[in-house]
Amino acid sequence: MRAPLAAARASAVLLLAACAGEYPQTTFAPVTDFGVLINEVFATTLWWTMGILVVVLSMILVAVIRFRETPDSPEPKQVHGNVKIEIAWTIVPAIIVVMILVPTVSAIFETQRRPSEDALTIEVIGHQWWWEFRYPEYDLVTANLAYMPTGREIHLQMHSADVIHSFWVPRLGGKRDVNPRPRQAEGEAQHSTHLLFTISEPGRYAGQCAEFCGDSHAIMRIEVEAVAPDAFEAWVADMKAPPREPLPLEGDTAAAPAPAPGALPAPTGTGQRVSAGRPDSLIFEGRRVFSSSTCVACHTIEGVSSGPLGPNLTLFGRRLTVGAGALPNTLENVEAWIRDPVAVKPGAQMPGAERPWGAFPATGLSDAEIRAVAAYLTSLK
Amino acid sequence: MATLEAHAPHAAQPRGTRSIIWDYMTTVDHKKIGILYFLTSLFFLVVGGLEAILIRIQLMRPGNEFVSAEVYNQLFTMHGTTMVFLMGMPIAVAFFNYIVPLQIGARDVAFPRLNALSYWIFLFGGIFINASFLIGAAPNGGWFGYANLTSEQFSPGLNIDFWVLGLQALGAASIMGGVNFVTTIINLRAPGMRLMRMPLFTWMAFITSFLIITALPVFAVALFLVTFDRFWGTVFFQVSAGGDPVLWQHLFWMFGHPEVYILILPAFGIISEVIPTFSRKPLFGYAVMVYSAALIALIGWGAWAHHMFATGLGPIADAFFTVSTMIIAIPTGVKIFNWIATMWGGKIRFTTAMLFAVGAVALFTVGGVSGVMHATSPHDLQQTDTYFVVAHFHYVLIGGTVMGVFAGIFYWFPKVTGRFMNETLGKWFFWLYFVGMNLTFFPMHFAGLLGMPRRIFTYAPELNLATINFVTSLGAFLQVPAVLLLVYNLWISVRRGAPAGTNPWNAATLEWATASPPAEHNFNTTPVVHSREPLWVEPAQVEEAARGPMEHIHLPPPSYWPILTAAGVVATMALFMTNLWWAPLIGLAWTMIGAINWAFEPTH
Repeated sequence: MRAPLAAARASAVLLLAACAGEYPQTTFAPVTDFGVLINEVFATTLWWTMGILVVVLSMILVAVIRFRETPDSPEPKQVHGNVKIEIAWTIVPAIIVVMILVPTVSAIFETQRRPSEDALTIEVIGHQWWWEFRYPEYDLVTANLAYMPTGREIHLQMHSADVIHSFWVPRLGGKRDVNPRPRQAEGEAQHSTHLLFTISEPGRYAGQCAEFCGDSHAIMRIEVEAVAPDAFEAWVADMKAPPREPLPLEGDTAAAPAPAPGALPAPTGTGQRVSAGRPDSLIFEGRRVFSSSTCVACHTIEGVSSGPLGPNLTLFGRRLTVGAGALPNTLENVEAWIRDPVAVKPGAQMPGAERPWGAFPATGLSDAEIRAVAAYLTSLK
Repeated sequence: MATLEAHAPHAAQPRGTRSIIWDYMTTVDHKKIGILYFLTSLFFLVVGGLEAILIRIQLMRPGNEFVSAEVYNQLFTMHGTTMVFLMGMPIAVAFFNYIVPLQIGARDVAFPRLNALSYWIFLFGGIFINASFLIGAAPNGGWFGYANLTSEQFSPGLNIDFWVLGLQALGAASIMGGVNFVTTIINLRAPGMRLMRMPLFTWMAFITSFLIITALPVFAVALFLVTFDRFWGTVFFQVSAGGDPVLWQHLFWMFGHPEVYILILPAFGIISEVIPTFSRKPLFGYAVMVYSAALIALIGWGAWAHHMFATGLGPIADAFFTVSTMIIAIPTGVKIFNWIATMWGGKIRFTTAMLFAVGAVALFTVGGVSGVMHATSPHDLQQTDTYFVVAHFHYVLIGGTVMGVFAGIFYWFPKVTGRFMNETLGKWFFWLYFVGMNLTFFPMHFAGLLGMPRRIFTYAPELNLATINFVTSLGAFLQVPAVLLLVYNLWISVRRGAPAGTNPWNAATLEWATASPPAEHNFNTTPVVHSREPLWVEPAQVEEAARGPMEHIHLPPPSYWPILTAAGVVATMALFMTNLWWAPLIGLAWTMIGAINWAFEPTH
């Protein structure tokens, strides 16, 4: 019994792993112990149920072909039942159910075990419609793109700031709802939900919110960058590094005219947080505009601002998308976003250049200022 | 005394359109109410289908901008709400209404005017919820409306108000219907029809009605909590005051899971009538079919949290609900085997009804199998809230329920109208629908497992899901001409279908003993039954009772109080939305006037 099953599983895994490159959110190519285990359980169920399906559909086919009315078919025997057969087809499915249940129940407890002592706890906070990631161990906060080390147990401790969301990065394993926390009496533990897994392969894994949470539920995507432990430490260092001051060009002050598009300096990969390239007046101007406008009321950039409401923008330039999956992270798209977020993402809770949001007035930024801020943000690598 | 004789002159009058409309507005005849239920549900099937088509146009390609996120969220919410509450449940009730009293040899249901009230509340409630489209504020919280998204804070518009108030009215109508059918089936069976001689369809109506009576009140309570939160500032689901939104999920699914069986058991009943008739064999394992349905309904009460495996209830709850859910697979499997065994050794005639019944068994099995996959709770964390689940429940509810209902339409149409439906068109309809349905929903399994969550108005091109979604949309479009064929077939067959006679299929149950269409009083004298298959075992005797000399018959007179009372009930709900404290009182007073006049209306 075990051998053919194992072979079937192995072939399934091979078949499905091939799809991973094409389908970034496939459930068939997990890279965590959690994902692999639940797929094994699924394989058990899959083969049993497929077997049953084939048997049942074949029986139906045989019945309808063999017993269809012909001119010479005799009047059928009036059978009312057969206790033995009926007991048999009650007991056989019951046995199959037990065969499925044993590994299933064991996996339930295995996947929801307590995290180990040295697990890396990441607090995940769902917001309409973006993700906040807090690393208490490193005193770090980031948004929408989470770095995670491979080879170390990751413990996601999750709650929501508003409505129910669900954290789902299929290649890391299953999803878990991210629930708002009912206020507790003093001294009582706060509710969280949990996911526990160890990533075995570095890579960038895509996911998105899986519980309907309002207007832009479809645009609440997650990026996870899984890196080797030393690269993870390097990222932590980057996050904590003080922002390097871009120097104005010689004889140039804050009011430098905007250079042509494409003037964005290429990152040097030195791990410095701000404009790793040559000091550039557009980026410098962008930082000045960012710091002196209402941006800082909501957004934090480590060492620059400390707005508590919106996504943390430290190292924003490393993210693939702007607006938690609304658009690819390019200079033009970031500009479009800053100009009018709601036009890009329905219901986005951020004021635009002319459109206020809630109690927040419109930012009133000019096109040149928007371009400068976009250049600054995308330079944060 | 309103006797049949007294009615005769009325029936003999030439009937203009106006008098037909007035007749239906005031009718308390279970058959006419059944027809009203049927036509209304069919209308909502088309409405819900249209919403589905708009959804599929939007998802045809990634990043499509056919509708906005706001409109899309209204569309999928109303698609689900319509298909469950305005189509799935009432179309079953349509069959209960028309068929159950005939199958048990009764004159009518136990409470004819209550029956009319149920229908009118359903109609007005359905119109009320859909009226929200006219002001661009259709419900937008999903058909299971998870708290706290439905709170005033996160859904400030009228959308959710329409939803909670409309569903409250519809739920009340369903509960009244449930009470009516339980009472009818317990009390009004013909002499000799012991419980274990009841036709399987009546049994399913009986069990479904019990589920309705027990499950809908849970939903009513949950809706009240949200209504109170929204209108009167209570804090049941407000986290800042200690409220827990997960409570809604428990209440909703405590109703929602039995609801699944409310939707499927009637179809099981239809299939259990159609398959024996066209196999020329009695149902295999009748007793086990009854017990297994009762068991499914019973265990169905202990399985609700399998909709919540991702909620984070902890391993012990997850394990419990995994086991209880898997257990349901056993009695369900037994039913499938018994249907196959009924066909085995039979003489199968492939009428359109039989095609749909066999198709329903096959497609329901596909849905059942993916159901077991969901029950594998650790992996359900990959499946839940994705298109894999969407595929699963459409196989169950379209493959099982809707196909079963289509079988029922073709099967009982000759009884209702005295004419056959067109079989050629019927078979075209079957194959078109069968192919379209599978083309729509089978690829969804893969969409889900390849990473497509449900309820998203757009998806990124790099997810590489464009082809799957395109095929799915094509399948959905294929269902449109299929359903139009059904409507056309109904339309021409009512007028020009071949005459059918009393028992065209040579079926075994009591409804086939009386005339087609049946007289207003159903049977000339109450038949006495001695077997499960009276028309196969003792045809002469029951046919004589049904169509022989008439006894003195009292029928309840028509009444316009049910429709007026129903209007009062739904007006109360609608007036709530004015946010004027005294406005609902007008509706309430209206309802009371209706109820009091109803109570003192002479019925003799």
